[in-house]
Amino acid sequence: MADNAVLSRRSLLKGSAAAAGAFTLGFSIPFTEAQAQAATPEVNAWVVIHPDDRIVVRIARSEMGQGTLTGLAQLVAEELEADWSKVSWEYPTPGENLRRNRVWRNFSTGGSRGIRESHQYVREGGAAARIMLVQAAAKEWGVPEGECRAAKSVITHTPTGRTVTYGKVAAAAAKLEVPKDVKLKPASEWTIAGKSVKRLDTVDKLNGKQVYGADIRLPGMLNAAIRACPVFGGTLVSFDAAKVTGMPGVKKVVQVDRRTVAVIADHWWQAKTALEALPITWDNGPHASASSETIAATLREGLDAEQAFEGNKAGDAKGAIASAAKRVEATYSYPFQNHACMEPMNATALWTPEKCEVWCPTQNGESALAAAIEASGHPAAKCDVHKVHLGGGFGRRGRSDYVTQAVLIAKQMPGTPVKLLWSREEDMLQGTYHPITMARMVGGLDKDGNLVGLHMRISGQSILSGVNPQGLQNGRDPVVFQGLNPGGQEGPFGYGIPNLLIDHAMRNPHVPPGFWRGVNLNQNAIYVECFMDELAHAAGVDPLEFRRRLMKNTPKHLAVLEAVAKGIGWGSPSAPGTAKGLAQIMGFGSYVAAAAEVSVSNAGEIKVHRIVAATNPGHVVNPDQVAAQVEGSFVYGLSAAFHQECTVKNGRIVEENFDTYPAMRINEMPKVESILVPSGDFWGGVGEPTIAVAAPAVMNAIFAATGKRVRSLPLKNADLRRA
Amino acid sequence: MASLNVNGRVVEIDAHPDTPLLWALREQAGLTGTKYGCGIAQCGACTVHIDGEPVRSCSITLGSLKANQKIVTIEGLSPDISHPIQKAWLQLDVPQCGYCQSGMIMAAAALLAKKPKPTDADIDEAMTNICRCGTYNRVRAGIKLAAGI
Repeated sequence: MADNAVLSRRSLLKGSAAAAGAFTLGFSIPFTEAQAQAATPEVNAWVVIHPDDRIVVRIARSEMGQGTLTGLAQLVAEELEADWSKVSWEYPTPGENLRRNRVWRNFSTGGSRGIRESHQYVREGGAAARIMLVQAAAKEWGVPEGECRAAKSVITHTPTGRTVTYGKVAAAAAKLEVPKDVKLKPASEWTIAGKSVKRLDTVDKLNGKQVYGADIRLPGMLNAAIRACPVFGGTLVSFDAAKVTGMPGVKKVVQVDRRTVAVIADHWWQAKTALEALPITWDNGPHASASSETIAATLREGLDAEQAFEGNKAGDAKGAIASAAKRVEATYSYPFQNHACMEPMNATALWTPEKCEVWCPTQNGESALAAAIEASGHPAAKCDVHKVHLGGGFGRRGRSDYVTQAVLIAKQMPGTPVKLLWSREEDMLQGTYHPITMARMVGGLDKDGNLVGLHMRISGQSILSGVNPQGLQNGRDPVVFQGLNPGGQEGPFGYGIPNLLIDHAMRNPHVPPGFWRGVNLNQNAIYVECFMDELAHAAGVDPLEFRRRLMKNTPKHLAVLEAVAKGIGWGSPSAPGTAKGLAQIMGFGSYVAAAAEVSVSNAGEIKVHRIVAATNPGHVVNPDQVAAQVEGSFVYGLSAAFHQECTVKNGRIVEENFDTYPAMRINEMPKVESILVPSGDFWGGVGEPTIAVAAPAVMNAIFAATGKRVRSLPLKNADLRRA
Repeated sequence: MASLNVNGRVVEIDAHPDTPLLWALREQAGLTGTKYGCGIAQCGACTVHIDGEPVRSCSITLGSLKANQKIVTIEGLSPDISHPIQKAWLQLDVPQCGYCQSGMIMAAAALLAKKPKPTDADIDEAMTNICRCGTYNRVRAGIKLAAGI
């Protein structure tokens, strides 16, 4: 029975066929790379076709539930003219990518970019393979290539009706030159892409066979539990290993870095038990007295600060507001949040004096490899990373801190693979958190209720400052303005306001920020869309009509908003006790809107009855998977809106598990109707944008139901009881 | 040494009696389909059946189990993905990342065993597992499909 979960040689090979030759792990692998390639002809980097016609599409991006694996395979298969029933997939390794001059390009899987950033070159990869297969068949038959056509993995010589399957000519095709400048099919001719084909990765998720990073087992492997100083900026002073080395299974207690200690044992439960018994002395460092209150005070100061970075500016907002007939002002706030992936952070590493190999769930195989190279002390050519499916990512697994740790631990056990698994508590305390911000919104209305000026002052944390300071532009973090920009993939701002100022007073607390599914679009959509609702009510104008007046030059934004308004029955009476709210935003390259119908009981309990969502992502590669992303976005967005907040006390995060950091469950889940309105003229993402409209649509409906405006998240802190 | 009945087989487990069933299954029995999510019986990723009851295996110690109690894990639910819940899950493409789905499927299977035609309220009460990807509506639809309602 124990063999069930030990990775079989076959499954190891399946996950790393591209690097089979480079891959040895203390037990022999029967193929050299050349033999492996001969056995499984690689037509080009993207497409492998076996003699029995099975097709393996190489996927560089990571699958973490979002369906990108299936979508990318559909795009390759479409241009390949493949028989979809014969298509499977594999991950090439980042090390192989490096050795092959980055033939698979970017491995990074975040920002809803998996498909929208690579659709062109993966389709070209599929098309090039098809051309090569046809050329090989034509050559074998001695006929002009132009007389042959490919469909469903079969090449037909049209004049004679002769046919051959891809598997028969793949080896010959592989020897041909890869064509350049291939022509792609228009979306109107798609037969595989654009269709709701089933996911390629479902079956193993139904019977426990899917191997996640936490499930990796290698021969002779040990397990590690870890604890870093819970106070950010603190360090490890000492630990008393002698107190735990006699405990069952314990092999070694190791310092990992200047703030981290780990226990290595036969089994993880033994390692965790010993770690909990380990006496540790921390130096809590310079932030030991920081709290949610001190952080909030810093942000509040930024609301009035003189200096701020501009994000979007038109006319004279302050002047227009000063001379407006009516001034409306409100201050909003958004907390720290942990990604809380269901699978806690983990990585398995094998370090020897000659090489280093890592098995891990990662959103960015190349940055995981870079982390492994740096931590191992080995040259790049001696390192590799084997990607496994992620038990959730949500941005957290774009960071490679856990990979670095695993390698630093394995380095202290040369020749023995060690799996590092974080406890849920470690995962909650060592996050890279949704940035904390506040926003002061000030609007000016003329006597007819038109918005003549808007000043949005964001105060708070910059993700780039924490994650990638080189990305700052003279100190300014452009990512802060997601959805608020004058143009581009993370804008344009949906409202034409004659006098507009959106600026950012950067205030960076000591809690490390990270990209958190939806990123800055989340709070920006809440700030803008709830305040638009406030302005509409102040003007005495219907919130949809108020927005329409400002959206004359942003028809795509307006189209999704109109779609959800129609879907929810905006303007018609709500069911007794319920009320409706709307929101729209543009981000991650897509236009999204949501409408919510909610009720609030006398005791202040909120129930979301129904959601209607509309998405214009330009192109839709798999409608059913886009719908799944839209549905899931409401779970992620409403979990955040209702329940989730990481508070700070004595410099550290207070919430350590799902009991104090709950997520939405099925009993809270509303019906979601997803409307897709792809306009066909661009490529946008779908994994994230809808999250941003979940909260404001619900918050605006709460106001409509109660007359109470909630401006601070999460909603669990709001008192909505009727007096 | 503890003797357990897992998926119809007797399994000898060499672990401390305080070891949670979850970790005995994962690390000693090699059944990694049962997942660790929280360790405090909150998320349900570790759900298994003990004598037909859905149980959070992270919060049951080896020492509290008897050799005659029948433990079923996701690996033992069916030999070939033929349980009605598994078939419905496949038909609706329920899983996203899939990490919570072993527990979700075990909880749903236990619900159907007890209530072949569950109401929405039954589903709300029985299905307290956490899914961060947000598969809840497909979970509900999957249960109804499997139940033929």
